[in-house]
Amino acid sequence: MQAFEWEKPVLELEARINELKQFVHSEEMDFSAEIKTLERKASRLRKEIYENLTPFQRVTMARHPKRPSTVDYISLLFDEFVEFHGDRSFRDDQAIVGGVALFEGQPVTVIGPQKGRDTKDNIARNFGLPHPEGYRKALRLMKQAEKFGRPIVTLIDVVGAYPGIEAEERGQGLVIAQCIEEMSFLRTPILSIITGEGGSGGALAIGIGDRILMLENAWYSVISPEMCATILWRDSSRAAEAAELLRLTPTDLLKFGIIDDVITEPLGGAHRDHANTGMQIRSFMRRYLATIMKVPLDTLVEERLARFRRIGEFHEKSLAEL
Amino acid sequence: MLNVFKGKPKYMTVRPQGEPQRKEFPDNLWTRCDCCGKMIFTKELEKTGFLCASCGHHFRISAIKRIAMLTEPGDFQAFPPLVAADPIGFPGYAEKIKVAQEQTGLDDAALIGKAKIQGSLCILGVIDFSFIGGSMGSVVGEQLVRGFETALKEELPVVIFSGGGGGARMHEGIFSLMQMAKTAQAVGKHSRAGLLFISVLTHPTMGGVYASFASLGDIILAEPCALVGFAGPRIVEETTRQKLPAGFQTAEYALQHGMIDAIVPRSHMLDYVGRLLAWHR
Repeated sequence: MQAFEWEKPVLELEARINELKQFVHSEEMDFSAEIKTLERKASRLRKEIYENLTPFQRVTMARHPKRPSTVDYISLLFDEFVEFHGDRSFRDDQAIVGGVALFEGQPVTVIGPQKGRDTKDNIARNFGLPHPEGYRKALRLMKQAEKFGRPIVTLIDVVGAYPGIEAEERGQGLVIAQCIEEMSFLRTPILSIITGEGGSGGALAIGIGDRILMLENAWYSVISPEMCATILWRDSSRAAEAAELLRLTPTDLLKFGIIDDVITEPLGGAHRDHANTGMQIRSFMRRYLATIMKVPLDTLVEERLARFRRIGEFHEKSLAEL
Repeated sequence: MLNVFKGKPKYMTVRPQGEPQRKEFPDNLWTRCDCCGKMIFTKELEKTGFLCASCGHHFRISAIKRIAMLTEPGDFQAFPPLVAADPIGFPGYAEKIKVAQEQTGLDDAALIGKAKIQGSLCILGVIDFSFIGGSMGSVVGEQLVRGFETALKEELPVVIFSGGGGGARMHEGIFSLMQMAKTAQAVGKHSRAGLLFISVLTHPTMGGVYASFASLGDIILAEPCALVGFAGPRIVEETTRQKLPAGFQTAEYALQHGMIDAIVPRSHMLDYVGRLLAWHR
């Protein structure tokens, strides 16, 4: 498994413990005291490292190749799933996956961008960068959910909407605007979960939720740290500094009132333990879906609009300054 | 040989002080056309509404000039001004705002108010590129939303001239992104009440501005040659490693691909918008 430089002390210690255990097993010698000490040390080290991640370390966690992707989450979170394809207009964009799933007996519409698992998959899924037809499919499925009174769950992990020639020709900006606008008025409960990368307009297009949750090692920002660094210093390698400035971590976003809750991941990140990550998200989904499904639809839409209406910081210019 | 070209020349940045100055139209006698390169007598340029006499190029104009072209004196009442906060404590942002305010004489990138265009009452908004690239932060977002809300309350049409380079204002981080949602929703409420929104895309309308309210007009117009799109051309080129087609992301290109209703030259804009407003009265 790909390891980060900053977590190597933990991984090395874990490897040593494992070696020792193997040794005990084969040589029938008693090292239990040593193992115990090392395990205590490892647990302390894990806490120290993983609970004090810098914003950019979280960004790299969010991008870990073994981190659960949308299709992984769909199988972790739901009991059954039927995928629906196509935007009914141009083609099926595999960079966005959508369909109907059963969540503890409740049918829901689930939608999320999907990165590829290997080269072939990445080509088919355009490295998880959706074209306009992907967003049109998402919107079609969301309207279908509204028609049949199903709640919507969007799982967000996307670097951004694809910046390509054809994407522009088919109205990338236009379709993002339409998604945002139409999603805002849908008369059905919407739960949005940012599971990995929340890259700007491409994420917001499917992120207009009644509740917005975020995994601990996910980021959400108007611009990627790399692009921000390029603009500020003409140097994308200073992304770590940019990540600090952008305040893109769940802790910051919770404080700003942009998201409602942070879903903790297993120590070391979601990629280390898919099953437990899934369990954790499930319990949040259970709670938040139950809450929003109880709200009358008029109130739900009203509150959804009010939530975004409030966002923004400015000063009224006083009369003295005029 | 003397190495006269060695090293970079050192420049000093001098900031204008006191009276607000417009940066893009200095008091130079002559202005070079960005498009055909011809030198134009600046006074002549002002008379033609900042159009190049030889190639028809539309120069960027300030919000104040735009409003003057569309309304009679006294027919535009701006909303109470708002000024930017620094919601994520971005280094240098407060200073950047101050400099932009001094240079443009504006409080922020949008000038919005109640207007009369050829006899039709409406809410008119103009985004000024010269204020931090016409980017949308909390102030622009809030002003736009107040515009649509006033229009909804008073059953008025809305006309917005957008011209924002990068769209989002990076210095406000997530708050900037959320203005896309906020403005799109304001358009949605206004639209669902059966009211008219005319969105005019001027050079350049990109990114978060294009991917939110500006794309949601009942009628979407653009000025000739205006750059219109989601991702900037350089980013598209770098990502795809493809040569961009001629005229990529111009208003003409957008028209051809079915993204806008019509291209309207500046000289016809007042009559065009005026007529549309009258027909929807």
